[in-house]
Amino acid sequence: MEEEKIGRQITLPLSDAVKISFNSLKIRFGRSLITIGGIFLGIAFLVSVLASSAISFSLAIEDDPDVKVKQTWLVILSLLVCVLGIMNSMLMSVTERYKEIGTMKCLGALDKFVVELFILEAVFQGIVGSLGGSLFGIIGVTIAYLVKNGFKVIVYYPIIKIIFYIFISVVIGIVLSVIGCIYPAYKASKMVPAEAMRTEV
Amino acid sequence: MVAYESVVRVKDVKKIFRMGTIEVHALRGINLQIEKGEYISIMGPSGSGKSTLFNMIGGLDKPTEGKVYIDEVDVAQLDAFELAWLRCRKIGYIFQTFNLIPVMTAAENIMLPMVFAGLSHDEALAKSAELLSIVGLEGRMNHKPSELSGGQQQRVAIARALANDPAIILADEPTGNLDLKTGKEIIMLLKRLNKEKGVTVISATHDLKMLDVSDRIFWIRDGQVEKVEQRSEVKLEVGNVGGEEG
Repeated sequence: MEEEKIGRQITLPLSDAVKISFNSLKIRFGRSLITIGGIFLGIAFLVSVLASSAISFSLAIEDDPDVKVKQTWLVILSLLVCVLGIMNSMLMSVTERYKEIGTMKCLGALDKFVVELFILEAVFQGIVGSLGGSLFGIIGVTIAYLVKNGFKVIVYYPIIKIIFYIFISVVIGIVLSVIGCIYPAYKASKMVPAEAMRTEV
Repeated sequence: MVAYESVVRVKDVKKIFRMGTIEVHALRGINLQIEKGEYISIMGPSGSGKSTLFNMIGGLDKPTEGKVYIDEVDVAQLDAFELAWLRCRKIGYIFQTFNLIPVMTAAENIMLPMVFAGLSHDEALAKSAELLSIVGLEGRMNHKPSELSGGQQQRVAIARALANDPAIILADEPTGNLDLKTGKEIIMLLKRLNKEKGVTVISATHDLKMLDVSDRIFWIRDGQVEKVEQRSEVKLEVGNVGGEEG
């Protein structure tokens, strides 16, 4: 046995952290899907609104300014709902894992490892949900315009703008997902191990 | 006993839990000293404060008053990084409910503390295979905890506790969720590791089978050490622990 005195704990390689959080998502696949579904729908709505205004613009259809204000407000509301949904499901996930978190801390995990694991989970969920959601939203809007306006939609399709909106939406999805998980993750990391172990869930 | 060097020293430790206006005195001034290489049992009825004491020794909870020294270092003085280091390398924990991480295989569970200690993946994997064979679970590396029996899960937990060659193994009711025979096997395994590796084993328990293998027994009652018994003083009337002792 080495005779060193107390040192300082620092390591958790990112690759291991990614693997651990990916596995915890996989095993709670059902609930991850619900969280992802929340992001998916929120982002799908955001992208639909953005894409429809882009397509209208390219077809030189005037948007009613009144409608635009309403839409913006609806988008903000839907994204807030989405953040609360993520927070709720992350809080559940933390509660369910009190013991696991306590055990990790007993094995030498720092508070920031715990936060890191939860944030990684949120990032994965954010990526999957917002990518899926933005594709879904764009396809939906495009079909709606095709039905109404025929093939000139394709001819004047604002592809660059749409790709830009997808990119923006994925970033927004990830950011919202992380915002939703910060409080639960912080709560999880601050638990005293003894307390965490005592909890029977 | 390998050397007369105290691994754990508990000095006048008191712990008060406040629940609303009620104060619960879980520990009322505990003093004890544990030498390197000893096998210690902390015995007592439930509610006696032994789990609280266990948590204090393991640095999992802070005393209201008094000091806990691990390797002559005051645990209360450590910052979060040092405390994590202590839990990672100096102490191996074993729990009544095994507490394996359900999403990880046996090998990954054992590797976790080594990952925290900065070992490379390959080193950790090799060591986890070695530890699994020490606890008699060769070939179970890729089993999830749910695919293992209670006794097997506790063996994995013991292997995980040994991952970073700790000086101390802290076991909280390690046989509490196991049947008689499996419980005995786990006790014998702990005793073997205590002898072979010289690791200090401290277990909080009310399993009388532990008495036979313990060097010393601390009896706790109402948050105080009621008496300390040497193994030789204990009357062995509990029935023999199968096979030769130790």
